[in-house]
Amino acid sequence: MSATNTVDPGEIAKFEAMAAEWWDLKGKFKPLHMMNPVRLDYITSQIAAEFGRDLDQPEPFKGLRILDIGCGGGLLCEPMARLGATVVGADAAERNIPVAKIHAEQSGLEIDYRHTTAEAMAEAGEQFDAVLNMEVVEHVADPQGYLTACQQLMKPGAIHICSTINRNPKSFAMAIVGAEYVMRWLPKGTHEWNKFITPDELFGLIEKAGMTPVDRKGFVFNFAKFTWSISDRDLSVNYVTAATKPA
Amino acid sequence: MDNPAWLRILPSMENDLIIVGGGLNGPALALAAAQAGFSVTIIDSLPLDTRKRVDFDGRSYALAHASMRLLRGIGIWDGIAKNAQPMLEIKVTDGRAGEGPSPWMMHFDHAEIEEEPMGYLVEDRHLRRAFLDAMAESHKITHLSGETVVAQTHNTAGVTVTLASGAQITGRLLVGCDGRKSGTAERAGIKRTGWGYGQTAVVCAVSHERPHDGIAHQFFMPSGPLAILPLTKNRSSIVWSETDARAAALIAMNDDDFLEALRPAFGSFLGQISLTGARFSYPLGLTLANSFIADRLALVGDAAHGVHPIAGQGLNAGLRDVAALAHVLEESRGRGEDIGSAQTLARYQEWRRFDTTTLALATDTFNRLFSNDNPLLRAARDVGMGMVNAAPGLRRGFIRRAAGLTGDLPRLMQG
Repeated sequence: MSATNTVDPGEIAKFEAMAAEWWDLKGKFKPLHMMNPVRLDYITSQIAAEFGRDLDQPEPFKGLRILDIGCGGGLLCEPMARLGATVVGADAAERNIPVAKIHAEQSGLEIDYRHTTAEAMAEAGEQFDAVLNMEVVEHVADPQGYLTACQQLMKPGAIHICSTINRNPKSFAMAIVGAEYVMRWLPKGTHEWNKFITPDELFGLIEKAGMTPVDRKGFVFNFAKFTWSISDRDLSVNYVTAATKPA
Repeated sequence: MDNPAWLRILPSMENDLIIVGGGLNGPALALAAAQAGFSVTIIDSLPLDTRKRVDFDGRSYALAHASMRLLRGIGIWDGIAKNAQPMLEIKVTDGRAGEGPSPWMMHFDHAEIEEEPMGYLVEDRHLRRAFLDAMAESHKITHLSGETVVAQTHNTAGVTVTLASGAQITGRLLVGCDGRKSGTAERAGIKRTGWGYGQTAVVCAVSHERPHDGIAHQFFMPSGPLAILPLTKNRSSIVWSETDARAAALIAMNDDDFLEALRPAFGSFLGQISLTGARFSYPLGLTLANSFIADRLALVGDAAHGVHPIAGQGLNAGLRDVAALAHVLEESRGRGEDIGSAQTLARYQEWRRFDTTTLALATDTFNRLFSNDNPLLRAARDVGMGMVNAAPGLRRGFIRRAAGLTGDLPRLMQG
């Protein structure tokens, strides 16, 4: 690992234990599979708007190079590849890479999965039209250093989409007590509440990293319908942001 | 990590959708999917010549307003419209042969809803022809006629269907539009729930002296309902539900005897009647697939839910499935999701299952309530119909429901 690696080794071990289960819709990653449609709705609409693409056409993201950091089993990489993008999936947990590769091949998709970090890729001079940074920033040891690496990975005019969990009593109750202990959706110890970041703090970090924040929305879980939806106002637990790099 | 060689042998998929069944729902879905940019292969077990027959065979369908919108959406309505009879009013009467209709009746007029008319009567031959022509024109559709599916398998990438000829076809998603006895559902291990009604529908068309004025009639007889549905010119389609034994006898009769049997129920309000085309019989039963989906498989229309035709809702429910599935698939593709994934299919099932099960149970109850000569029940339903007729709000609700304009409408039915 490189000297500038900001990934906490303890965090990697936790996810490695879960890696094999990635593609089981009813398995350990059920909550992520449930959340995936709204994550995809947000990501696809933001990228389509930024680059003037029509999502009703086949392969609307043709010609775009997209990086998914913390790609896990490929839950976001595969959709991006289906939309025609050239996709690189990076994960700091080595065991996720073969799992993701096998699934992409089985699905007939070409995706470049790499066991690497944002910092290492930035150092190598990699450049992307879109950087997806979903549910990662709350797990890194140095968020500012990490987001600066993300900014370096963006071409001028590129878009950065970052989702994470807010820090307040409700998010503690929902994400840790609810998801980890009550629903048993996630293994205990998946999240540490003091690493959670408020939307204002995240916008501050993003701006300091050299990006321009352009949008923020909430991901809200409806217990009655048992589905996720996107909210303009409720960013109290899960939320997502979009930022661009000045051209 | 280098990928092992065995992972590289999987072929890319030839189609987005493989549709089994060349009746009406299958072609409708093929056209809806092709219009959205999906590539489709549709497999019909009947030869093309059979489907292309142009002589009127007596079969026709009542298309709800929402179904007309779907056909317009997939570009075939303009060709059908000149042969479609608008349904302007529906009169529902509780009648007993020989006694004439009871004074209590329900009357539904299209003027009570904004969208007009409530629906259209279209002959089977015109629908079939429009579907065949449009499919032949679409470069996204491969239409195989006279081919039977003998096997289907699936894996992470898609489905493979084997034909009796030995040929294999691959796709992302398999759709069974192959009717109540769906082989597609059976091969996937989907069990069915249902029962027969001991009734058979006798379907035919008649010419009559006087104009029908676009009015559909439904008489409830003790042995089963009789529907008289307006076709173009002075013709009407008859859907006559009778006990199995009586229906078998009606089918076996010569034309004159059949007309003689029909007249007392039909009444004389349209003047002299004569038969046009053949008579068809359909055993009535309710059959619901225990699941509308399986791995990389969706069931549409009667393959998922065969209902009693009492309200003429079978094809309309199927077309609603078609529109909902097309909507879900397009939405899924826009997100980059796998269109054959369990998640995508679960959305289709969730959308359609409640609606169709409700319809199945409602038609079942309706039929049990009306196919009956119990005086108490008869009094109760007369009062019920009288109340519905007296309450404009309720009546509008029924009309909108019959026109297919209630509930969560798929994009293609929004007009």
